[in-house]
Amino acid sequence: MNTLTRVVALIAVAALVAASCGSDENDEAGTAATTADVETTAAEPEATEPDDVVAGTKVTLVTHDSFALSEDVIAQFTADTGIELEIVRGDDAGTVLNQSILAAGNPLGDVIFGVDNNFMSRALDADILEPYDSPRLSAIPDEFELDPTNRLLPVDVGDVCLNYDVAWFADNGIAPPTGLADLVEPDYADLTVVQNPATSSPGLAFLMATIAEYGDGWTDYWRQLDDNGVAVSPGWSEAYYGDFTYAGGGDRPIVVSYASSPPAEVFFAEPRPATAPTAVVEASCFRQQEFIGILAGTDNRAGAEALVDFMLSVEVQNDIPWNMFVFPVADDATAPPEFVEFSLIPADPLSLPAADIEANRDTWIQEWAEIIG
Amino acid sequence: MSRAAPSIRLGGSRTLGVALIPIAFLGLFFAWPLAAIVWRGVAPDGTPDLPALVEIVADDRWWRVAWFTTWQAALSTLATLAVGLPVAGVLANRYVPGAGLLRGFFTVPFVMPTVVVATAFLAVFDALGGFGERWRESVAAIIVAHVFFNVAVVVRTVTDPWSRLDPGVEDAARMLGRSAWSTTLGVTLPRLRAPIAAAASLVFLFSFTSFGVVLLLGGPGRTTLEVETYVQTTAFLRLDVAAVLAMLQLLIVVGLLTVQRRAGAAVVSDQIRSEDRRRPHRSWRERCSTAFVLGAVLAFIGTPMAVLVTRSFRADGWSLDNYRALGDTPSISLVSPAEAIRASLTIAAWSSLVAVVVGGLASAAIVYGHGRAAKWLDGALMLPLGTSAVTLGFGMLIALDEPPLDLRASAALVPIAHALIGVPFVIRLMVPAIRSIDDRHREAALLLGTSPWATWLRVDLPIVWRGLTAATAFAFAVSLGEFGATAFLVRPDRPTVPTMIVRLIGRPGATNFGQAMAMATIRTTSSIS
Repeated sequence: MNTLTRVVALIAVAALVAASCGSDENDEAGTAATTADVETTAAEPEATEPDDVVAGTKVTLVTHDSFALSEDVIAQFTADTGIELEIVRGDDAGTVLNQSILAAGNPLGDVIFGVDNNFMSRALDADILEPYDSPRLSAIPDEFELDPTNRLLPVDVGDVCLNYDVAWFADNGIAPPTGLADLVEPDYADLTVVQNPATSSPGLAFLMATIAEYGDGWTDYWRQLDDNGVAVSPGWSEAYYGDFTYAGGGDRPIVVSYASSPPAEVFFAEPRPATAPTAVVEASCFRQQEFIGILAGTDNRAGAEALVDFMLSVEVQNDIPWNMFVFPVADDATAPPEFVEFSLIPADPLSLPAADIEANRDTWIQEWAEIIG
Repeated sequence: MSRAAPSIRLGGSRTLGVALIPIAFLGLFFAWPLAAIVWRGVAPDGTPDLPALVEIVADDRWWRVAWFTTWQAALSTLATLAVGLPVAGVLANRYVPGAGLLRGFFTVPFVMPTVVVATAFLAVFDALGGFGERWRESVAAIIVAHVFFNVAVVVRTVTDPWSRLDPGVEDAARMLGRSAWSTTLGVTLPRLRAPIAAAASLVFLFSFTSFGVVLLLGGPGRTTLEVETYVQTTAFLRLDVAAVLAMLQLLIVVGLLTVQRRAGAAVVSDQIRSEDRRRPHRSWRERCSTAFVLGAVLAFIGTPMAVLVTRSFRADGWSLDNYRALGDTPSISLVSPAEAIRASLTIAAWSSLVAVVVGGLASAAIVYGHGRAAKWLDGALMLPLGTSAVTLGFGMLIALDEPPLDLRASAALVPIAHALIGVPFVIRLMVPAIRSIDDRHREAALLLGTSPWATWLRVDLPIVWRGLTAATAFAFAVSLGEFGATAFLVRPDRPTVPTMIVRLIGRPGATNFGQAMAMATIRTTSSIS
């Protein structure tokens, strides 16, 4: 037996040992997964009126990493329709959209959720979606229906706004900011943290807010913001939990976040405070809407339609706020009272036409990088 | 250069047979996807648009980015060696109580999600006041963070060969009047050239392709090739620019690997023995130097971790609330810690299995194969470390999209992607181990009438076993750390520990943050043990 054979034999033995350890764990996980499957499919035979065409088929939802719904709500889909639901995820919404564009014609799944208004034109131009006139569209106000071809159907809406630490401003005797213009004042030097629009979705929305507010003057505004010591983080988590005085123990009392962050700071706190510890600067809010669409080339069109209807159903719409921290779009949905109580719904949020965003987004981000870099 | 082992050289066909699996693995899961996405970028309509490409290549902005990427990685590597080598020296030469635990501790940053380290670093910078504020968005901060993440690579790769280095030569040098310092620098370290070069090349590649650290600590103006490729791909969908940047990155990596190969050439295997050279401390001075080296590095690595652990116990005062809350899983995007840990371990078990088989066979081919081809294989298997994660992820998406290999949203792709990163580590640890099998020992055993299998069990196994376990452990850690290698794959919804941490830290609210910190603490403690 030569040395090579020995080494190969040794590796083979080690591989077997590792394989037996590995497969043990895998069996466990496999069992766990099967149990979960059983739970979701258990109701299948009892389903009231499973659609003959689609019952027993599988539908795949392609989405981003922030997608969330309650377990019992999502299980209801399979219980009602007899369709198995598989969720596959990518990184963030923009990445998942690009992946779907690359996979055009041989889609990664049947339905895509999470394309937002900042990227909707890219999705529509790439021609990767099939139109669907969902019966649930009748419950959705026209203001949310941004795609007249019904290839992208609205699911939820939220606003990206400046948030501030209420106690910090009270303690320091400075008036909280009331609009974008305050951030470039000397009183507010070194107080703000924003996200990089090239790597962060709220960061991009905030850049759009400044463009909606200042038009061509946005570059001057950002130059002043830069001179006034604005900090830039790559993502929401780093800014909110790293730099923001309230949540992260950082040294910046103003952060770009969501209109729904203050209710979350109440709801996810022990004990719950009587008033929200953070607040929203209403005049800085930029509207963000998320859409769902059927991927062209799906081999389960009926299942895909059922999934879209399900996402627009009252049950799912009601479940959205505490899972994804945004508002439902259906007019027959009711957001939870605690969520509404501490949320600010901007009366007149900033917005830009999707076509303008698509035509200029990349240039704007590059110009921004040149100003800040 | 004298070489005791291996005395057997193999014909090309035998080597090829052993190398077949590593070559097929690399071709299918690295070369083909990479070629597919680069081709899509440079030739969207089937024929390359040369003028457009020339315009991209001529843009000196990319060359500035490439230059910055390279020199920050070089500085990071030197700094990591400066911190890691003293630790390796202490652990290789002296009996330190709890050395195993210490090694585990140094590995922790390696498996911590960047976003968690990022918030901890920001907290440390804040605590440092104005000094910290100046540090943020500086090259120095990037380099410090790279040292933090990579010191384990140096400690793990160098300690073992060092501890088995024949002390005779150094004793002679001391006897001839050389000082301890001069002996270490002039005699010991040059003999450890191979493992040091191996560690340095890994650290360089990690710093070169560093993503989260550069984004956070470099600020928006300071980007690397990896970050630019990511932005061009995900924000702008400019696959042509991304393809050029990815190829530029690959070229630099190939160039540096070639240089490294020349520098670190062969292991001086007759100086590596199987005896342990560790000994107890002989004087207070030795105790002090041990305490100083280990204490300083522990404080450096421990501070961000202490911030993390402290935060995990904060919830309106000190409490275990965050840990208790981990049990509640109301949403489909969050699972219990036990489930997440199980998912992580399953993936890590599969990925280290793949990495050890592929890396082990490759190591055998490298050691026993004919010089040139074997070196090619070694270098080629390093390339995934130096390749843009987003490019490779998108490449897999368009290359592996037809049955029977439609792996795009398959659970199998995740451990495979982790194994691509794990294989170079396995090779770095296995090749020296296999080389250190001394044929004279084996021949002596055979001469004394021991059967080949018994020889194999008693001579080969104990020597290779150490390398194999170390390699498996590292491949396992690589998989647990995830490294963003899989961030750009579309994957089935079975959250792992890092995924859970990122999801929790992506939600507003004190208890969500607390839970993320608790999850990260659980992970930290479990990776030490």
